[in-house]
Amino acid sequence: MRFALKAGGGDGARCGVMNFGAALAPVDTPCLLLSTRRGLPSFVSTDLLPELHPDARVLHVNPVHFLEGPPVSTIHEIGGGHKLLNLQGNALVSLARDSIVSEPDGEGNTKLGAAFNTSSGRRVIGPAKYMELVNALKPNVWASIADELPTWVSQRRNKLSVDRTLQWLDKCLGLQSVGENTSFGTIVGGASIEERKRSASETAKRNVSGFFIGGFGLGESPEDRLTLLQSVTDCLPKDLPRIISGLGMPEEILQAVSTGVDIFDSTYPHTLTKGGYAMTFPLSMDEKPWKFSLEDGAELGADFTKINLRSIAYRCDVTPLKPGCTCYTCQKHTRAYINHLLNTHEMVAQTLLDMHNIHHYLSFFQAIRDAICGSYFEEFQHWFIGQRRYCESECFDVNVSLLTPEAANIL
Amino acid sequence: MVQECKLLTRFFFFFCFFAGRKKFVFVQVLARYKRARAAKLTLPHYECLTPMFMPVGTQGSIKGLTSGQLEELGCQIVLGNTYHLALRPGAELLDAVGGLHEFMNWQRGLLTDSGGFQMVSLLHLADITEEGVTFQSPVDGKQMLLTPEESIRIQNKIGADVIMALDDVVKTTITGPRVEEAMYRTLRWIDRCISAHSRPRDQNLFGIGYMRKRHGGAKFARVQSLNSIKNSGGEEKDSFWRVVAQCTAGLPDDKPRYVMGVGFPLDIVVCSALGADMYDCVYPTRTARFGTALVPEGVLKLKHASMATDTRPIDASCSCMVCKNYTRAYIHTLVTKEAMGSQLVSYHNVFYMMRLSNDLHTSILEGRFPEFVQDFLQKQYPKGDVPEWVCNAMDVAGVDISMCVKS
Repeated sequence: MRFALKAGGGDGARCGVMNFGAALAPVDTPCLLLSTRRGLPSFVSTDLLPELHPDARVLHVNPVHFLEGPPVSTIHEIGGGHKLLNLQGNALVSLARDSIVSEPDGEGNTKLGAAFNTSSGRRVIGPAKYMELVNALKPNVWASIADELPTWVSQRRNKLSVDRTLQWLDKCLGLQSVGENTSFGTIVGGASIEERKRSASETAKRNVSGFFIGGFGLGESPEDRLTLLQSVTDCLPKDLPRIISGLGMPEEILQAVSTGVDIFDSTYPHTLTKGGYAMTFPLSMDEKPWKFSLEDGAELGADFTKINLRSIAYRCDVTPLKPGCTCYTCQKHTRAYINHLLNTHEMVAQTLLDMHNIHHYLSFFQAIRDAICGSYFEEFQHWFIGQRRYCESECFDVNVSLLTPEAANIL
Repeated sequence: MVQECKLLTRFFFFFCFFAGRKKFVFVQVLARYKRARAAKLTLPHYECLTPMFMPVGTQGSIKGLTSGQLEELGCQIVLGNTYHLALRPGAELLDAVGGLHEFMNWQRGLLTDSGGFQMVSLLHLADITEEGVTFQSPVDGKQMLLTPEESIRIQNKIGADVIMALDDVVKTTITGPRVEEAMYRTLRWIDRCISAHSRPRDQNLFGIGYMRKRHGGAKFARVQSLNSIKNSGGEEKDSFWRVVAQCTAGLPDDKPRYVMGVGFPLDIVVCSALGADMYDCVYPTRTARFGTALVPEGVLKLKHASMATDTRPIDASCSCMVCKNYTRAYIHTLVTKEAMGSQLVSYHNVFYMMRLSNDLHTSILEGRFPEFVQDFLQKQYPKGDVPEWVCNAMDVAGVDISMCVKS
């Protein structure tokens, strides 16, 4: 793995290029990792990834998901994670963080290891077991296991977590056999600026190729997060990449980008898909905000950023999820079809929604990169946050001319 | 006659005949082996090669697979259930958006059933009169009536390439005069369906007949295989193949023969040998959701503990995306725990059925049908314990399988 800065830098947002390996095409940053469960995306099989988006080739594969199998020896026999999962040609990033099923709650972490909830109950994983799994999977990049805690723990416990995480980092580095330039150090420190700085500087002293900024998205306020993140990135060498997990919403992404984070593990698309939502927020400052109707009380849970496909308003709507979107789902299917699939509990609803949501979010990251390289990131961030607050008190109109005449009558 | 009635109480299956005089389902038999046929079936949306298996997309989708994947897998016709589609999203909506093809964005063949079967099997209070089937709507409890005319009207709106006439569905356990009543009523309903059919140019009406001589002289039979019979061998399977054999012998050669609800690969091979062309069943996709994959040897239960370290593909002879790229050990970790497990096994199972259909068609076309059947049976019964009913059926079909059988 090699990382090179392209634009920006300083103390703020930056563009870079990750070279994950000789066989893989380089990846521009800031970039998004696709979430997986037991190695594969929840709803989109690997044969659909090329159609999903050209950037859909960097995935977060959590080693802890493999506690229940296949056995480590079998993974070795098959030849590692890429072969196991049919993800050759893709970059795999391993973090011990699962924000979908089991967020770190700190309960159960001991000196022996971090606790995770699996389908066979709570398991405590220490560096040895963790590295056994990492070494078998052979991801392109892996981060050390950490004592991640929410922000409401005591100062003493917080300090202990920083010490422990450093010890575990050293152990992991000693046990790794994945390869050169694959190890990332994990930084913790909760809501204490002092501990965050300590964790960051100490981790930076180790022989690591990048940093996983852990412990965020676990109870800190957005304002505190900005200060804490800044204090971390200030202590890190500029030429090494930074990954973060647990931030979902676009505003949170933008905030972290502004402090110099490069790679994001976000469950936002997954959360929306599971709820039956499709992302619709505009991706460029030229895009006009669009409006939709509240008259029949149909827009439950929708706002300017997403639409709720379960809503009866979409029963006859033969327009794409987001007009103008170039994703597979918007090119081939309609809101009415997705609405029907959701109502009849058909699995393919999630596949089609996820293909749209991931595509949309990947396009959002492209917009971020364009803004940084074009030197207008601050303006972009300001505009984005501003227009998300725009519509709360507005009325919205359905564009009836987009429906077929018969469908419009029914509606 | 009594014998026939007894058979009819247990088995039903649907045969095709034409609505009116015009033929819009064009069948061209390309090759034969005794009773078996390899044919080309031309439909408005697609040209199909038979024998052919049709996966069931009950409510407008096949579980977990996109339209693009279905095309890649080689699906020719997909089945939709009129009963479910009429409830959701509704016939009027489907009509408004241009039919089920447009709604699903599936450009190949579609077939809908009449809605009658689900009604009888799903609703406890269905009552059948000469007028039609009265039932309580599961949505709002209102009294509703499905007549032959209404069934055709709904199917006209759904717009499938092939639609089915409503028949007087009787439960297989019924015996006696009710069966004869059902037989004659079905014939009367077929006439009503024909009259009500408003789109004879782009939708082909398939009907169901009974095993009787009708004044035209054509013999029909009504046989329907229920999944519950499959696992019990013996007597039921024995009657099943005999009825299929009698029907295919009696039906006109230039019309497709569709055996509904038949999905076990072995059954499809036997029925094809006897002269049937089209099949549908939920079995391949349903069994996938329980982690069971279809393989030449029979089935592979991926949930089983022995799969945990098995680094072979599901089926080494299969060229589908799943078998080329994944191991049994990995899929074992997914099945019943992640939706993706279900998707991958469904993908393979559908491909398996498409491959079986294609193998049947090409082996007949290339004059090696008996060799294909022999190979198929040897893989399923390596010890030579081919069930008696299969031996008897192949005897009638004129396919020599003596080398597969060790007594």
